Amino acid sequence: MLKAKNIVKNFGALPVLKGVSLEIKKGEVVAIIGKSGSGKSTFLRCLNNLEKVDGGSIEIAGKWMVNDGAYAPAKEMRGICLKMGYVFQNFNLFPHMNVLKNLTEAQICVLGRKKEDAEKYARELLGKVGLADKEKAYPCQLSGGQQQRVAIARALALDPDILCFDEPTSALDPLLTQEVLSVIRALSLEKRTMIVVTHEMNFAREVADRVVYMEEGVVVAEGKPDQVFESEAVRAFTGKAEN
Amino acid sequence: MNWPLLWQGFLETCMMTVSASVISYMIGLPLGVLLVITRKDGIRPAPTFNTVLGAIINFLRSIPFILLIAMLIPVTRVVMGTTIGTTAAVFPLVISASPYVARVVESSLLEVDHGVIEASQSMGSSTWQIITKVLIPEAVPSLINGAAVAVTTILAYTAMVSAVGGGGVGAYAITKGYQRGKKYYDFMYCASAVLVLMVQIITITGTRLTRRLDHRIR
Repeated sequence: MLKAKNIVKNFGALPVLKGVSLEIKKGEVVAIIGKSGSGKSTFLRCLNNLEKVDGGSIEIAGKWMVNDGAYAPAKEMRGICLKMGYVFQNFNLFPHMNVLKNLTEAQICVLGRKKEDAEKYARELLGKVGLADKEKAYPCQLSGGQQQRVAIARALALDPDILCFDEPTSALDPLLTQEVLSVIRALSLEKRTMIVVTHEMNFAREVADRVVYMEEGVVVAEGKPDQVFESEAVRAFTGKAEN
Repeated sequence: MNWPLLWQGFLETCMMTVSASVISYMIGLPLGVLLVITRKDGIRPAPTFNTVLGAIINFLRSIPFILLIAMLIPVTRVVMGTTIGTTAAVFPLVISASPYVARVVESSLLEVDHGVIEASQSMGSSTWQIITKVLIPEAVPSLINGAAVAVTTILAYTAMVSAVGGGGVGAYAITKGYQRGKKYYDFMYCASAVLVLMVQIITITGTRLTRRLDHRIR
């Protein structure tokens, strides 16, 4: 489904990703964990073309987005990027559109769906994330947890092959965190392909089929959750996190 | 007080302000969008273009309006067919106001959260869709607030174009009031009061509209 090979990314003179590789199969849930500044969010942003890589290759659903540092032509890029859905740490809903319009705008403009179809689908998705009664609300009238659930529904509305979460609960308190995590948990049961960058260790252990631990721009440990959490590097990390 | 003449001046001021504002926005809005999207961190980075456009805008903005009117006289003759009167005054107003509008629009658009732009990029929107569906709509309250400021400035400038025989309330204040000596200063004060009132109306309308359209504050 997704193949990233030797991704290199520098911010000026600072190397952020020093050759990161990752392969994801259809229906797999992969959690990326690691310290702040380890490059995990940058890596996810590169996979979604929110950040341009300085080297390496990314193949999504059989199409090259980047082949050895060279990007696909702009026309193809949009199609490839649409295969990826993205949920941001800060939700990034459109503040001047109500919830329903947040979900339908891209369906109509980008995918060319009919307004009625888009709204029907949007309502279905809002029901799924437990916000069927909020379609008329504006983002500022919702709690952080509700906003993030709307953002998840918005990403789902475009039927992405892979759903990416960039620290989806970092801006939320523990209670709101749980309501968002339960939505992601439900999605994992549907066998959706997902990449989750997170600091919620218990969640990663429980939901992920595979855990990737990054440190200073490289993958240090990768494998089944139990293996990875038992590895020395990760124990040092989670041990520190507990203190 | 010469009421019919003041009334005529009021209408001329309205005509100059409205037409200069509309044309200035037709030019300034796209320029403002260009300034924002071609920034280094914009959605279509073009640093050289951005620098050149910025320099031209700064150049036009730094010439005092009263001198710009004089310098533009030959061009005004070609473009408007005349160099005196209310119609002729619109041209230098537009030349002076467009770059100003571009900057006002730029600052409004820069207020739009970068994360929201990224969200629309991640949903596969084209540059044009981002501009028309996200960047401008999300900035509307701020754009209207900015427009109130820009129109107010243009209104104030219309008083200056009486230097090239442009009419309006400003010309009335100067030719019927100030230039005829102390005895006629009432004319000047009365005309100024009209201008002050117009500015108030524009500002209050702008503020109200902004508040009504802003969904971030409830």
